[in-house]
Amino acid sequence: MIHFDQVYKRYPSGREALAGVSFRIERGDLTFLTGHSGAGKSSILKLIALIERPTRGRVTVADRSTATIRPRAIPLFRRGIGVVFQDNKLLVDRPVADNVALPLIIAGVPRKEIDKRVRAALDQVGLLGKERNRPTELSAGEQQRVGIARAVVAKPPLLIADEPTGNLDPDLAVEIMRLFKRFSDVGVTIVIATHDVHLVDRFDARRIVLGDGRVAAETPR
Amino acid sequence: MNVGAYVDRHAQTLVGSIGRVADAPVAFLMTMTVIGIAVALPLCLFVFLQNARQAMAGWNDAFELSVYLTKSTTPTRTREVAAQIRSRDDVANVRVILAPQALAEFRRYSGFGDALDALQENPLPNTLVVTPTPAASTAAGTAALRRALRAVPDVDQVQLDTQWVQRLIAIVDLLRRVVWLAAGLLGLGVALIVGNTIRLDIQNRRAEIEVMKLVGASDGFARRPFLYSGFWYGFGGGALALLLVAVAVAWVSAPVSRLAHLYGSGFSLTGIGVEAGAVVLLSSSLLGWLGAWIAATQHIRAINPS
Repeated sequence: MIHFDQVYKRYPSGREALAGVSFRIERGDLTFLTGHSGAGKSSILKLIALIERPTRGRVTVADRSTATIRPRAIPLFRRGIGVVFQDNKLLVDRPVADNVALPLIIAGVPRKEIDKRVRAALDQVGLLGKERNRPTELSAGEQQRVGIARAVVAKPPLLIADEPTGNLDPDLAVEIMRLFKRFSDVGVTIVIATHDVHLVDRFDARRIVLGDGRVAAETPR
Repeated sequence: MNVGAYVDRHAQTLVGSIGRVADAPVAFLMTMTVIGIAVALPLCLFVFLQNARQAMAGWNDAFELSVYLTKSTTPTRTREVAAQIRSRDDVANVRVILAPQALAEFRRYSGFGDALDALQENPLPNTLVVTPTPAASTAAGTAALRRALRAVPDVDQVQLDTQWVQRLIAIVDLLRRVVWLAAGLLGLGVALIVGNTIRLDIQNRRAEIEVMKLVGASDGFARRPFLYSGFWYGFGGGALALLLVAVAVAWVSAPVSRLAHLYGSGFSLTGIGVEAGAVVLLSSSLLGWLGAWIAATQHIRAINPS
């Protein structure tokens, strides 16, 4: 599903975030990217979602080299990827249902279908009945689950999450990780960047440890 | 994407943009008022000129040339000349005013009766008042006629009584161009005002646009609600301008009618009319859309998720 081949990323500031990273993630895998902050976790996710492009090397996502994807084709490419953020990036002036519906509206799904799928996604994250609430009326854990519902509502084959439990207390963090695990069990490829090693230890999943822009260790399933 | 979903989505954003506008009614009303005033200015000038042209429409028929014959021309010869001129294709009528008659008229209207009595002889020549046909009642037509009449034997002088009307018409024609110029400049102004408002709106919704782009929205999709906002700004401004002009016309209408009545004219002020009003609404809406399009295209492209 994802293949990094000797990928380098140097930012305009001169900082070298990735220095020859290679790894492969198979379809349906649940993979944790770990490492201290600044190790290159976020850069890898940005390269996958085409927010950034590699300075050198080759990134392949869903059997497609990202170098061949022109700027105009990026929106369509991104519709195949669900993204979860540490700060959830919800639109606070819209109700929960509108937030979750956003990817479907963008994809041009008919309205009747949207209502059905939004409710299904909220049901999956245990928030059925909160459709009309504003995100600010929800707890931090609930807000993050809205973010996850938004990421999965369009049923993308790939889900990436950047520190999704960073703002949550340990119990809520475990709960959110279990949620990801459930999506992984139904065949979604998931990549989660986190610095919380203790949390990762509780899950039986593949782990890629980054250090100084390189793959420092890799534990297979 | 099927057509139904596409139409659905447009309808949604169109209605949704009204919702956005309603979120900040004061800001919207301010922008709309600025646009309204900008559109109302050339519109007022347009209405004024339209009415001026209408008021002068009757004056075109009043083109007359006074043909003064030489002093030595006899009344019989005067009538011959009159008949000769009357036979021309571009002449509708020729009225003969013989010298004694002209003197009587002058005595009656000028108030110089006593002064005239002091003169030994009648200083006025025999005169022909020539009315051109409607087809020849143009600046070029009357000028040609004037040249032709000058060449007639025994004609001393030909005077165009209505030269000032022609000058006025020329001024009005010039002002018409000024109206178009003002309309063009202020139209550009409307597009810029809307563009700037939309630019600020986009800055305020930066986070939202970033998220939309991250979940796969194209620039066109992110731009659409702003285009509708621009449309509403233009539409609202145009509607306000029409209202302003209607109020202005109503306000000066009574004094204008009174003035016209004093001049013995039945002229009364007319407003913009449905057709021109529709054109104003449509063009200001389009200008709003265009301004929004330019601003949104430029600024949304620059926003990228990080």
